[in-house]
Amino acid sequence: MSASLATVSYIGAIILFILSLGGLSNPETSRRGNLYGIIGMTIAVLATVFGPRVSAAGISWIIAAMVVGGSVGLYAARKVQMTQMPELVALMHSLVGISACLIGFANYIDPTASLHLSGAEKAIHEIEVYLGILIGAVTFSGSLIAFGKLSGKIGGKPMLLPGRHFMNLLGLLVVIAFGWQFLHAQTISAGMLGLTVMTVIALLFGIHMVMAIGGADMPVVISMLNSYSGWAAAATGFMLSNDLLIVTGALVGSSGAILSYIMCRAMNRNFFSVIAGGFGTGGGKPAKAGGDAQPAGEVVSINAAEAAELLREAKSVIIVPGYGMAVAQAQHAVYEIAQFLREKGVNVRFAIHPVAGRMPGHMNVLLAEAKVPYDIVMEMDEINEDFPDTDVAIVIGANDIVNPAAQEEPGSPIAGMPVLEVWKARTSIMMKRSMATGYAGVENPLFYKENNRMLFGDAKKMLEEVLVALRT
Amino acid sequence: MRIGIPSETSAGEKRVATVPDVVEKLIKLGFKVAVESGAGDGANCSDDTYRAAGAEIIVGAPQLWAASDIVLKVNVPTSAEVELMREGGTLIGFIWPAQNPELMKQLAAKKATVLAIDCLPRQLSRAQKMDALTSQAGVAGYRAVIEAANVFGRFFNGQITAAGKVPPAKVFIAGAGVAGLAAIGTAAGLGAIVRANDTRAEVADQVKSLGGEFVKVEYEEEGSGGGGYAKVMSEGFQQAQREMYAKQAREVDIIITTALIPGKPAPRLITAEMVQSMKPGSVIVDMAAERGGNCELTEPGKAVVKHGVTIVGYTDLNSRLAKQSSTLYANNLYRLTEELCKTKDGTISVNMEDDAIRGLTVIKDGEITWPAPAPKLPVAAPKPAAAAKVAPPPAHGNRGAPSSPGKTAVLFGAVALLFLLIGAYAPAAFLGHFTVFVLACFVGYMVVWNVTPALHTPLMSVTNAISSIITIGALVQIAPPHGLLSSFTDRPDGWIRLLAVVAIALTAVNMFGGFAVTRRMLSMFRK
Repeated sequence: MSASLATVSYIGAIILFILSLGGLSNPETSRRGNLYGIIGMTIAVLATVFGPRVSAAGISWIIAAMVVGGSVGLYAARKVQMTQMPELVALMHSLVGISACLIGFANYIDPTASLHLSGAEKAIHEIEVYLGILIGAVTFSGSLIAFGKLSGKIGGKPMLLPGRHFMNLLGLLVVIAFGWQFLHAQTISAGMLGLTVMTVIALLFGIHMVMAIGGADMPVVISMLNSYSGWAAAATGFMLSNDLLIVTGALVGSSGAILSYIMCRAMNRNFFSVIAGGFGTGGGKPAKAGGDAQPAGEVVSINAAEAAELLREAKSVIIVPGYGMAVAQAQHAVYEIAQFLREKGVNVRFAIHPVAGRMPGHMNVLLAEAKVPYDIVMEMDEINEDFPDTDVAIVIGANDIVNPAAQEEPGSPIAGMPVLEVWKARTSIMMKRSMATGYAGVENPLFYKENNRMLFGDAKKMLEEVLVALRT
Repeated sequence: MRIGIPSETSAGEKRVATVPDVVEKLIKLGFKVAVESGAGDGANCSDDTYRAAGAEIIVGAPQLWAASDIVLKVNVPTSAEVELMREGGTLIGFIWPAQNPELMKQLAAKKATVLAIDCLPRQLSRAQKMDALTSQAGVAGYRAVIEAANVFGRFFNGQITAAGKVPPAKVFIAGAGVAGLAAIGTAAGLGAIVRANDTRAEVADQVKSLGGEFVKVEYEEEGSGGGGYAKVMSEGFQQAQREMYAKQAREVDIIITTALIPGKPAPRLITAEMVQSMKPGSVIVDMAAERGGNCELTEPGKAVVKHGVTIVGYTDLNSRLAKQSSTLYANNLYRLTEELCKTKDGTISVNMEDDAIRGLTVIKDGEITWPAPAPKLPVAAPKPAAAAKVAPPPAHGNRGAPSSPGKTAVLFGAVALLFLLIGAYAPAAFLGHFTVFVLACFVGYMVVWNVTPALHTPLMSVTNAISSIITIGALVQIAPPHGLLSSFTDRPDGWIRLLAVVAIALTAVNMFGGFAVTRRMLSMFRK
C-alpha cells in the first residue's frame, strides 16, 4: 500500500470517527455510530499495518499482541456489570495513558524518529515527546486511582495532604526544570534522566490529584480523565506527525472537556475548584448551612405498604434515581414497579440529573439495562417543570440532586446548583438508608417538607416490598 | 377556638359543612370541633362517626351557635340563624353578598367576620384548593348525567348484542364550565357520543381532552368574560347560536344545559320549538333551573314531561350526592382554614394582605369589606393560546448567556499571543498539524454538544475506544522497513519492539473492549 493510499484511508477513518460521535445524538442512530467507529478503526489499523511504515517482519508481533489484548478486552466487555461501567471506563482510560507513555519512550529511544529533524523542529519534537509522556502518565495513574475509588478498593474520602497545592506547584517546577535539561540533552541516555524523573512526578501528581477528589465529584474527574486520554493521543500524534492521531485525540479531548464542563455546570461548581479537590464525603469542614442549622418541621416516615398505597392512587409518577440505586442494584425492581404502574395507565417517567451516579449518563445506562424505554427517561431540563402536576415523585438513593436548599438557602454550600424540584410534586417519597447527608455534606430540608415521606431501608429490598404490596 | 357545624336548614338540603375525616384534620390544626346532632345524617355521617373523629356533639342549633367561635356552613344563613350567632364570631360558607344585602347588614351588626366561599378569587391558582364553586359544580355535573340516564330509556353506550344493534346515545352539553366538563367526562365515560358548546372558544381543547366533540357556533366573537365565566353575546352571535342549538336538538337524545352568566338570569338557549323537535323519549337536564333555566319549559325543582321530552329541573343536584358534595366542600373549607391558621395553633387570623383571603372576606369585624378590589393576579392574559409555545429552548446548544466582554477580550488576547508565539517560532510542518488540531477541536466541540445526555456513558466508552487509535504510534515502531534502518546500527530494536508490543496489546484491550461494551450498552437502549 502506498503512502498516499494510507493517508486517504486515514482521512476515511477520521470521517467515520466524526460520524460515530455524531451518531450518538440519538439512541436510534447510536448503534450505527458505534459501527462507524469500528469500521474507522479497522481501516486505520489495516492501512497502517499494510502501509509503508510497517514491514512484514512486524506482522506476527502485531497479530499476537492484538489477539491477546483483544480477547482480554472482549472478555471484560462481556463480563462487566452495568453498575461497574464507571470502573471499566476509568480502567480503560488508564490503558490509553500507559500506552501513550510507552509509545513516547519507544519513540524517544528510536534514533530514526528524529532523523531528519534539526534545530527548532527537533526541539518541538522533543517537547511533544515530553508532553505526550507527561499527559499519558497523569492519565494513567489518575485513572487507576479513579478506578480504585469507584470500585471501592480505595475509600471515597478525599485525601487532603497538608500543603497539597504547594506540593503540586513544586512538582510542576521540577517538571519544567527537568524539561529544560531534557531539551538540552546531547544523547538519548542523557535525556532519559529528565524523562524518567518527569514520568515519576507525573504519576505521583495523577495519584495525588484524584485522591484529593471526593465521591460526588467523580463524574467530573472521569470526564476529565477521558479528556486527558484524548490529549495524550493528540500529543502522540504531534510526536509522530500523524494527522489521524491528532484529529482523533482532539475529538476525544474536546468531548471529555465538554462532559466535564456539563458536569461542573450541573453541580454549579467551578472546574478548578473540583480539581483542587476536597469537596466530598466527610470533607475537612462540616458544611454549615447558611442561617439556621436545623431545618424546621418533622420527618414523616412510612413503610413499603404505605408507599404502595400512594403509588396506587397516583396518576402520574416521576422516579428520580441516584447512585444509591446503582449501589443496591435496584434498577430491575424499579423497572418492575414502573412497568406495573404503566400497565395500569399511570404516567411514569424518570428524571435524570446530569450528575446522578458516578459518571455522565450512568443512570441512563442502568435504566436501559433494566429495559426501561428511553423515551420515558427525561433530562432535568425537560421534566423539571412537570413536577407540580405530578402526584408522586420517588427519589431512590439520591440526595444532593433533589436538595431544595440549592434554591432556597443562598448560604448553602450547594446554593445555585440546579436540582430536580421533587418537592413541588404533590407527594415525594425519599428512599434512603438513613438521615445521613449526601456527598456534599449538606442537610437536606426536603426531608422536613410537609409533603415528603421517608422510606428508610435498602433501595432494592424496599422496592421489592413496594412491588409486592402493589400487586396484592 | 371552637369550630361549629350546624345542621343545614334549607328545605331539601342534605349536605353538611364538614365530614368526620376532615374533623380529624381540623383537630390536628389545633381547633376544637362541635357538630350539631344530626347535622350529617343527610350525608351519611352519623353523630357516632363524628364523635369517633374527635368532635363534640351538641343537641340543638342555638346551643351550637352559642358555643362556636367559628361556624362552617353550606347554604346562605337565614336571618334566624344569624340571630343565634355569637357577637364577633366568624362565619364561613356561601353568602352571595350581591344577592343578599339585608343579610350582609344583619351580619355586620353582629360584628361578625364573614368569609364568603363564593367570593373566592378563582383565578388565583393558589385558591383552587379552596374553590367550593368548582367542587360543587363538578359533583352537580356528574349527577346531571346520572339523572338523565335515570329517565332515559336506553343505554348510553352502543352495543352489538345477539338481540340486535344498539346505537350509542348522543348527548349535547351546553356550556363547558366546570359542571359542563364534569358532565362531558361522565357521559363519555358511560359510552355516549358527547358534543359540547361554549361561547368561550378556548375551552375546545378541554372538551376534547374529556372525550367530547366541540361544536362551534359559526360566528366570530370572543366570549370570555373574565374570571372563568362567559359574557352576554351580540345579537348576531345569538342568532347563529340558536340555529346551532336547533340543529343539535333535532339530532341528539339528551341535552344538558349549564349556561350561567354572573348576576343575570340564565340565558334562554332551548326554546319550546326546539323541545318539540326532539325525539320522543329524549331528556333535557337544565342545571340552570334555579336561575330561571336555560330551557323555556323548565319547571325548577321538578322533572316534567312535555312534548314527549322529560325536562329535569332539579335544583338540588348536590344534595342528591350529599356525601360526595359534603366531602369535597369540607376539604375546601379545611384548606381555607389551613390558610387562616398558618401557625397550626387553633386560632385564625384574617390576613387582608393575602389576595385570596382578601377576596373571601366580605365582612371583617362588623365592617363590610365587599366587594374586594380585583386581585393583582393575573393580568388576564387575553390570548393565552397564542403564547402557549414560546420558542422551545434550543435543545442542547443552549450554553447560557454570552460571557462578559471583558473576559472575552482577555481570552482572545491570550489566544492571539499564543498564536503569535507559535507563528514566530514553529516550523512549517508543525503548523500544518497545528491547523488540523485546532480544526479538529472545533469539530469535536460541535459534534459532542449534539450528543444527548442519555448517551453520555456510551459517549465516554466510544471515545475511549476511539482513543486507542494511539496504537498506530506503536504499530509504526514495531518493525520499520529496512531501508530506514540500515543506516542506524545502534537502534535498540529489542527495547522498542517490547514497548511497542506491550502498547499494542494494551490498546487492543481498549479498542476491542471499548467498542464491544459500547455496543452492549447501546443495544439496551430501546423505546
